Amino acid sequence: MIPITPVHYMVLSAALFITGVIGVMVRRNIIVILMSIELMLNAVNINLVAFSNLWQNAIGQVFVIFVVCVAAAEAAVGLGIILAFYRNKETVNIDEMTLMRW
Amino acid sequence: MIDLLVIPLIKIVIVLTGVLITVMYLVLLERKVQAWVQTRLGPMRVGPHGVLQPVADVLKLFVKEDITPVRADKSVFMLAPIIVLVPALVALAVIPFGDTVSIFGKPVPLYIADLNIGLLYVVAVASIGVYGIILAGWSSNSKYPLLGGLRSSAQLISYELAVTLTFVSVVLASGSLSMVDIITAQKTNGVWFAFVQPVALFIYTVAALAETNRAPFDLPEAEQELVAGFHTEYSGMRFALFFLAEYANMIVVSAIATTLFFGGWLRPFPNVTMLWFLDYVPSWMWFVVKTFLVLYLFLWIRATLPRYRYDQLMRIGWKLLIPLAIANIIVTAAVKVALSY
Amino acid sequence: MGQALAFYTLAAFILGFGVLVITARNTVHSIMFLVADFLFIAALYAFQGAPFVAVIQVVVYAGGIVVLYLFVVMLVDLKRPPEAHQDRRRRGRLGMVVSLVVLAELVAIAAYKYVSPGAGLPAARPLEPDNVAQVGMLLYTDYLVPFELASMLLLVAMVGAIVLARREL
Repeated sequence: MIPITPVHYMVLSAALFITGVIGVMVRRNIIVILMSIELMLNAVNINLVAFSNLWQNAIGQVFVIFVVCVAAAEAAVGLGIILAFYRNKETVNIDEMTLMRW
Repeated sequence: MIDLLVIPLIKIVIVLTGVLITVMYLVLLERKVQAWVQTRLGPMRVGPHGVLQPVADVLKLFVKEDITPVRADKSVFMLAPIIVLVPALVALAVIPFGDTVSIFGKPVPLYIADLNIGLLYVVAVASIGVYGIILAGWSSNSKYPLLGGLRSSAQLISYELAVTLTFVSVVLASGSLSMVDIITAQKTNGVWFAFVQPVALFIYTVAALAETNRAPFDLPEAEQELVAGFHTEYSGMRFALFFLAEYANMIVVSAIATTLFFGGWLRPFPNVTMLWFLDYVPSWMWFVVKTFLVLYLFLWIRATLPRYRYDQLMRIGWKLLIPLAIANIIVTAAVKVALSY
Repeated sequence: MGQALAFYTLAAFILGFGVLVITARNTVHSIMFLVADFLFIAALYAFQGAPFVAVIQVVVYAGGIVVLYLFVVMLVDLKRPPEAHQDRRRRGRLGMVVSLVVLAELVAIAAYKYVSPGAGLPAARPLEPDNVAQVGMLLYTDYLVPFELASMLLLVAMVGAIVLARREL
């Protein structure tokens, strides 16, 4: 049994990140797409914590806190946009979100 | 092996049994207190003065038919009561019930775990319970539960902020996030944090009433408007789980209030040696007594105050409690800095 | 041994729930899987000796952000599922292929960089147990300016969300 190295965490993180990418590419429901983006951010956080352990200092964890802040801001504004859009067009399908296209 | 596995397991079993029995009799106590306030007798038929009433209630809930609405989302509908109950019980893990006692010459601390970040753990666990309520409302596929669930979760999220902010000011006063250290800090300071942080105590009490959906903030189950709120469609054992969760939550918030503000398992005046005879009462007994006094306050308030309106509830939460809590943190920090010079 | 077992179990749950999030037909189910996923990620952090980050993960992500998603799903009461009628223009398969290629690439880079001979990495070991204080110290000294900027970002986001969610836009 090989010991768990940071490489294990990196592979896990890459796999989770790709799960998020697939979600963004394949799904058309914008709420699910935003959730996939949250998955991607979490994949990054897993990496940051793993590296924080690798270098034995807590800066990685500090960065995780900033990432969580940005994720919170993104979710609030993104969901606000979805609500405003839904009120006007009654849909959350991203293919129908073509208001800005001319 | 024994230290790692057996003793914690025994502690968990004792705590869970104790809480479940307390819940059963808390319900009876609530009915009795309500009755006494309204100059009635309360339950009197089952057993002397109705002491067997909880047993009868539990039996009834067990044999009741378990109904699931036809259009309900079955899996979520079954999962929701569990999601509500589990966080309430898990939060008990970090609450210190008593001083370290020695059993057969072996020192046993009376808590399940002393986490370095115990208070944050409580906040984290409490924030999960919201899902059960909102999912119960949604999965019933019925309009009153949905409205009740949305209301309830909005209320819980709003007041969680106030509760967390009061925790911050207590942590500032004690200098630690660990529940055991907070009690120790109250011993070394020689004063309960209720007197150091009276504003925080006030905010915590109001917010805890709202967090546990108790009167006067029992909006989610406002009978006149919403039938029974998020658990309208539940019956039998599943309803019992919601009921259990509500009362278990009450016990948890009371226990936290005791730990943070009333010195936990410390006897009154822990530094006054003249009152040495109080030491003969075991420390967990003090904890239980204090917790029950806080619980009694909950029942008393329910019997006294009428229900708030929903907009009033939100206004109190966002425009009164949260700014007050932030101001309290700033003042506490300033005083702490000033005293350290 | 125990460590490896714990890691693989957590990793399996994290990836499994991640896949369920993007495959679930019902948005509410999707959100529930997301919460479960975040809880397992928090467990992974705790397992790595980062308790503060683990708690932040539960409080902010599971307790805050995802509740927001749930609220929005309840508010946008979907009469027809957005993906019920698929048009042929969607490039789902292409997306899948591209993503898998990128995944292979990332794993190859990681493997090449660290598993190649001579670059033996030490086994992952947790920081010293009391790193909560360490994180706080860093946050309020070296990273004070980013910290204030983050608070500003949150304030702006809050104002933005309130403006967007207003009835008349």
